[in-house]
Amino acid sequence: MTPTYYLYLAGIIFTIGASGVLLRRNSIVVFMCVELMLNASNLAFVTFARINGNLEGQVVAFFVMVVAAAEVVVGLAIIVTIFRSRRSASVDDPNLLKL
Amino acid sequence: MLTHIADEIGTQSLETVQDATGVFALTWLLVVLPLVGAGVLLLGGRRTDRWGAWFAVAMVWCAFAIGAVQFFAMLGRPAESRAYGQDLYTWAAAGIFDVNVGFLVDQLSMVFILLITFVGGLIHIYSLGYMSHDPDRRRFFAYLNLFVASMLLLVTASNYVMVYVGWEGVGLASYLLIGFWNQRADYATAGNKAFIMNRVGDLGMSIAIMVLFATFGTTAFSGVFAAAPDASSGTLLALGLLLLLAAVGKSAQVPLQAWLLDAMAGPTPVSALIHAATMVTAGVYLIVRSGPIFNLSEGARLAVAIVGVLTLLLGAFIGTAKDDIKKALAGSTMSQIGYMVLAAGLGPAGYAFAIFHLLMHGFFKANLFLGAGSVMHAMDDELDMRRYGGLRAVMPITFVTFMAGYLAIIGIPPFDGFFSKDKIIEAALADNIWLGLLAAVGAGITGYYMTRVVLMTWLGERRWAESAHPHESPKVMTIPLIVLGLLSAFAGLFLAIGNRFVDWLAPVVGEPVEHSFAVPTWVISAGILALVGVGVGWAYLQYATRPVPVTAPVGSPVAVAARRDFYEDALNEGLFMRPGRWLTRFLVFFDNKVVDGIVNGLAATIGGSSGRLRHWQTGFVRSYAASMFAGAVLVVGALVLVRL
Repeated sequence: MTPTYYLYLAGIIFTIGASGVLLRRNSIVVFMCVELMLNASNLAFVTFARINGNLEGQVVAFFVMVVAAAEVVVGLAIIVTIFRSRRSASVDDPNLLKL
Repeated sequence: MLTHIADEIGTQSLETVQDATGVFALTWLLVVLPLVGAGVLLLGGRRTDRWGAWFAVAMVWCAFAIGAVQFFAMLGRPAESRAYGQDLYTWAAAGIFDVNVGFLVDQLSMVFILLITFVGGLIHIYSLGYMSHDPDRRRFFAYLNLFVASMLLLVTASNYVMVYVGWEGVGLASYLLIGFWNQRADYATAGNKAFIMNRVGDLGMSIAIMVLFATFGTTAFSGVFAAAPDASSGTLLALGLLLLLAAVGKSAQVPLQAWLLDAMAGPTPVSALIHAATMVTAGVYLIVRSGPIFNLSEGARLAVAIVGVLTLLLGAFIGTAKDDIKKALAGSTMSQIGYMVLAAGLGPAGYAFAIFHLLMHGFFKANLFLGAGSVMHAMDDELDMRRYGGLRAVMPITFVTFMAGYLAIIGIPPFDGFFSKDKIIEAALADNIWLGLLAAVGAGITGYYMTRVVLMTWLGERRWAESAHPHESPKVMTIPLIVLGLLSAFAGLFLAIGNRFVDWLAPVVGEPVEHSFAVPTWVISAGILALVGVGVGWAYLQYATRPVPVTAPVGSPVAVAARRDFYEDALNEGLFMRPGRWLTRFLVFFDNKVVDGIVNGLAATIGGSSGRLRHWQTGFVRSYAASMFAGAVLVVGALVLVRL
C-alpha cells in the first residue's frame, strides 16, 4: 500500500472541512470543519514523514494537536459567549464589524 | 570689553571714546526711568489714576537731571574726548553675529538727550493742564513716557539694531498717541495711516541693517564706520538710499509725507512733542549719525538734498493753504524738516547746521504747537482759523509766546530761526546754486504762511462761534509756553555767538567747510530777509487789509491742490492701494481655487475610492473566510508555480 493514498485521503478530508467552513452557518459545525482541516493536514504531515523517512513531520503533527487543543478551548468559549448574549449560533448573525 | 569698543570707535572717528564711568555709566537709566513710568501707569491700572500723571512728569524730569549732569560733566572735558561708550551686555550672540546692548553718549547724542528730556518735560507739564479733563489721562501719560524712553534709546544706542528698537518704539508710541481718541473712527484711521506709512520707511531701515551686517559683519557704529571706506561704492550708495528711505518715512519727507498731516488727529501736546519737536526729526538724526557712510557716497547725499528741497517747498505750499491751525503748522513742520534734510544732504558742510536747526525747531515749533493747543483749549477745540481772529486781547501770554515762535520760524534776527536757517541756505548756495535758491524761496513762503496763521488767529476781527468764550489758559500750560518762548527768542543767539554749537558738534560730525561767495555773507542774509519780507507783506495784504471770509474761497489751482496735500492720498491710492487690492483679490482667488482645489480634490478622490472599497466589508464571517481561503490558495499556487 503506497503512502500516496493517505495523501489523497488527507486532500479529501481537507476539502470537506474547507467547504464546511465556507458553506455552513452553524458555528459549531464550522468549528468541527476547522478541526477536520487541521486533522487532514496532520495526516499529510505524518504521511510525508513516512515517505521521507524522518521524524520532522510527526513532530509538527504534535505541535498542530497542541495548538488545536488550545484553539478548541478559546473558540468554544467564544461561541458559548456569543450564544448566551445573542441566542444564536449562526456565524452570519454577528456582523457588528460592518459599517 | 569696554576698552574694546572704545578702541573700535576711536579708530573711526575724529575723537576718542571713553569708558563710561561715573554719571555716564547711568545712561541706561535715561531709558529705564520713563519706561518704568510707562510700565507703572499701564500695569497699575486705575490705582495710579490720582498720582500717575505726576509720576510720569517726575520720571521725565529725573531723566533730564541725569542728562544735565552728564552734559556738564562733558563740558568739563577737552573737546576731543567727550564721547562715552558703554556695553551693558550681549543681547544676541549667534556665531559671528552678535548684538550688544550698548550706549554711546557723545556731543550729538547729548544735544538730543537734552532736547528730548527738556522739551518733553515741559510738554508733560503742559499736558497736566491740557488733558486735565480727559478720563484717559493716565493712559496718555503712559504713552508719552513710552515715547520718551524709546526716543532716548534711539539717540543713545551704539549700534543700528538698538537704534531700530528705539525707532520702532517711537513709531509705536506715535501710533498709540495719534489714535489716542480712538472712539473717533477717523482718528483711529489716521493712526493706522501713520503706522503703515512708517512701516514702508522701516523696511528701508531693516534692509539697511541686513546690508550692513552682510557687508561689515557688524552693526555697531564703531565697526561700520571704521570699515565703511573699504566698501564698494555701490554698497555705500545702496546703504545711503536705504537709510534715506528710513528717514523719509519717519520724518515725513517726500514721497512718504502724507501721514504727518493726518497725525494731527492726536492730542496737541503729542503733535508738539512727537510730530514736531522730536520723533519726526529722528530721520535727520539717522542721516547725520550715519555721516561716515553718506560722506563716501556723493549720489546718496544728492538724493538726500533733493528730497529735502522738494519737501521744504511742498510742506510750505501745504502750509499756505490749510485753514486748520494744526495742519498749517504740520505743513510747516514738514517744510522745516526739509531744511534739516537738505542740510544733512550737504555732507560735513551741513551736518552741524542740520542739528542746529533741529534743536531750534524743537524749541520754536513745540512753542507754536503748544500755543495752538492753548488756543484750541480756549476755543472749545475749534481748529478752523477762519473761526478765530482777535484772540490777542483775551490770551496775552499765549499771544506773546506765539509771536516769539513766529519770529523764530520766519528767521527774524535775533530769534532762533535766523541763525540756523540762514546757515543752511548759505551752505546750500555754496554747494549748488539751485538748491540754495529754492531753499531761499522756501524761506519766503515760510514768511507768508506763518504770517497768515498769526493774522488769522490773533489779529483782525473776531469770527468766533457763538458759543465760544475764550480765556487765557491756566499757569500749568502758560509756564511751559513762556519757557519755550524765551528759548525761541534767545537760544539761537546764545548758541550762535562764537560758533558755540557748531564747535560743540565738530568732533562728531566734522568741521563745516568755510565757503567763499562773490558777495559778503551779510548780503545773502539780507536777501533772505527780503524774501521773507515779501512773504510777510503778501500775507499782510491778503489777510489784514481785507476781511477774512468764514468759508474758504476757492483760490488758485495751487491752493486747491495744496489744500488736498497735492493729491498725495489719491496718488498713493492709485499707485499702491488699488493695485495692492487687485493683487490680494487675485491671491485670494488663486488660494481658493487652485491651492484649495488641489488639496480638496485629493481628499475627495481618496474619500471616494475608500467609500467604494468599503463595500468589500460585508460583515459576513463566511465571506471573510472565503477571501482568506482564496488568498491562501493564491499563495500556495504562487509557491508551487515558482518552484516549477
